[in-house]
Amino acid sequence: MNNCVIKLEKLKKNYKMGSVEIFALRGISTEISEGEFVCIMGPSGCGKSTLLNVLGCLDKPSEGKYYLNGCDISLLDDDTLSDMRCNYLGFVFQSYNLIPQLSVVENIEIPLYYQGVSPNESRRKAIEMASRVGLAERLYHKPTELSGGQQQRVGIARALVNNPLVILADEPTGNLDSKSGKEIMDIFIELHNQGKTIIMVTHDENIARYGERIIRLKDGLIEKDEKVLSRIGASI
Amino acid sequence: MLNFLSIYRWIRVIKMGFKSLWLHRLRSLLTMLGIVFGVASVIAMLAVGEGASQVAQEQIRRLGSKNIIVRSVKPSLEQKATGQRSRAIEYGITWEDATRIRSSIPNVEVLVPNRIIRDVIWNTQWRVDGQIVGTVSWYPEMRQLKIIEGRYFTELEVAGVKNVCVLSIDTIKTLFPNGNPIGKSVRIGSDYYKVIGIIEDDGGSGTTYQSQNFFVQNTETENAKRKKEDATFTKRDIESINKRKGSTATPQYRIYIPITSAQKRFGETLVRRTTGTFEAEKVELHELIVMVNEENKVEEVAKIVDNILQKYHKQRDYELTIPLELLRQAERTKQIFNLVLGTIAGISLLVGGIGIMNIMLATVTERTREIGIRRALGARKRDIILQFLVETIIMSGTGGLMGIGLGLFIPYLITYFASMPTIIRLWSPLIAFGISAGIGIIFGIYPALRAANMDPVEALRHE
Repeated sequence: MNNCVIKLEKLKKNYKMGSVEIFALRGISTEISEGEFVCIMGPSGCGKSTLLNVLGCLDKPSEGKYYLNGCDISLLDDDTLSDMRCNYLGFVFQSYNLIPQLSVVENIEIPLYYQGVSPNESRRKAIEMASRVGLAERLYHKPTELSGGQQQRVGIARALVNNPLVILADEPTGNLDSKSGKEIMDIFIELHNQGKTIIMVTHDENIARYGERIIRLKDGLIEKDEKVLSRIGASI
Repeated sequence: MLNFLSIYRWIRVIKMGFKSLWLHRLRSLLTMLGIVFGVASVIAMLAVGEGASQVAQEQIRRLGSKNIIVRSVKPSLEQKATGQRSRAIEYGITWEDATRIRSSIPNVEVLVPNRIIRDVIWNTQWRVDGQIVGTVSWYPEMRQLKIIEGRYFTELEVAGVKNVCVLSIDTIKTLFPNGNPIGKSVRIGSDYYKVIGIIEDDGGSGTTYQSQNFFVQNTETENAKRKKEDATFTKRDIESINKRKGSTATPQYRIYIPITSAQKRFGETLVRRTTGTFEAEKVELHELIVMVNEENKVEEVAKIVDNILQKYHKQRDYELTIPLELLRQAERTKQIFNLVLGTIAGISLLVGGIGIMNIMLATVTERTREIGIRRALGARKRDIILQFLVETIIMSGTGGLMGIGLGLFIPYLITYFASMPTIIRLWSPLIAFGISAGIGIIFGIYPALRAANMDPVEALRHE
């Protein structure tokens, strides 16, 4: 249980915005173990999204080390990074990021497609995942025909379908009303109870209290790393 | 790498391509139009070019690739003015020339001396202003002309100065509109000639042989006429032959008689009276066809013939036509023709390709977010490249196929409405399709690369 999945060592990330250099992350060191439910919080511009992008292998750190499942990410080329995303990571986005011209089940299949799973197999898995998030009736609907909560469930199903090591969620309830938001969080709790590692960015204290641990960022540094004492929906 | 080679991947990327193109049907179709018309025009232009050159080559070939044609030419006006005005102008090839050529060049196999006289040919009330060709019995063989009905005159008839004649189809049509002319007689001047045969039209030889004739006749007609060889001659046959020939063909009213008869009946001095003037000319032979025994000696022999004639003729009152040379020229012309037409059509294909690229660039921008999502979910750069490249190739390939359909249809229309011969070679659709597929790849690469090289983080943020 205490197997370390993510390890950050003095992680730095700089951007060039025109001629101005922006230091988004200024040295972050932490470890995240398998099965942990971590929330990252902080004010806007503190580097939450940048951190999530780096954790998601979408961006490379400028300095420092990032080990994902023991692999040093900064040494990998673009193709291997794609494979890491494909095999180890699942993304849940604030704005769902479903492909509008594809149906629910086709959206869920996308990661499997890049894994090279056969069409029959991936269809089977996608349907299974859709059922798991309660969308068995909506398999062949287009995303635009679904409510926000339903769309986010498709997003979660898509993030789960490749059985990832880590699920990265970027304010998954940010665009939802509180009722749908709670439903989504219930799914996350369930996943956590099943032993999934979840890293979630949020700025909502109430949402953050679903997690076990909160990492608070400020100006690109970890301000506070705390255990959640009064968890919502703690494991029974 | 194993992942990349997976067959499912290819099936799905192609399916995906069709799907997203189908999503924007009108846009895809309009984009394809450039390729459609490009491919169609390549095929159509090549077909027209091939058709035209085929006819030209066929006609030249029928003059005989082993033949050298020597024709008498009236000396230019300037030279005529210095001559004696009161007497007949004397010019052209003579029997003596023929004998000299025959005896001094070993490679010469056969000589065909011809006299060609213009006069009116009569059959009771029907008349036609035609060409009377006085020639020898082996003329049709040399010119590869088929006897459609009856027979040609024999050597015996030539030697016996018989009044027999063979008529060309056009002549028959005008002189004998009511039916079978064999055994009947036609009148030229005060002499009657018995019709013993019907010969196919000369594809443009003799003095009327002109390069513009190349484009008027249809090879199809030629073949149809050949097929008629064994069929019984009826009036309907002539009509159908003439119908197929197309309206643009000029009729050739020719009548073939033994050269001896021509010499005896018409003499050597021809008098032509036109309003106010009076012209007399003396020509022994109008045309002399020299057949060489080997094709590769033709040009050499032609030079010798020219030398011999030069020696005995004070002025250049003859001209040499070497069908083989014309054939080679036609070949070269065809190549240039094809090149020019091909280039023009190629440019339209290029424009079509640029159109595709333009739309693909727009599509890539429009689908930036999708690209970001796919990248985040594990797509490699090459997956994105493949996705957009396949879309472009599907578009240009489908356009190419539609273009081939259209391109096979257009030549048919051209032949039907403009009665221009067209020939579609197997390689022309293949080439056109190959080019269009190539254009898909070339013009698809840049948009696909642009899509693949997007920063996934930026792409995901794109609205």
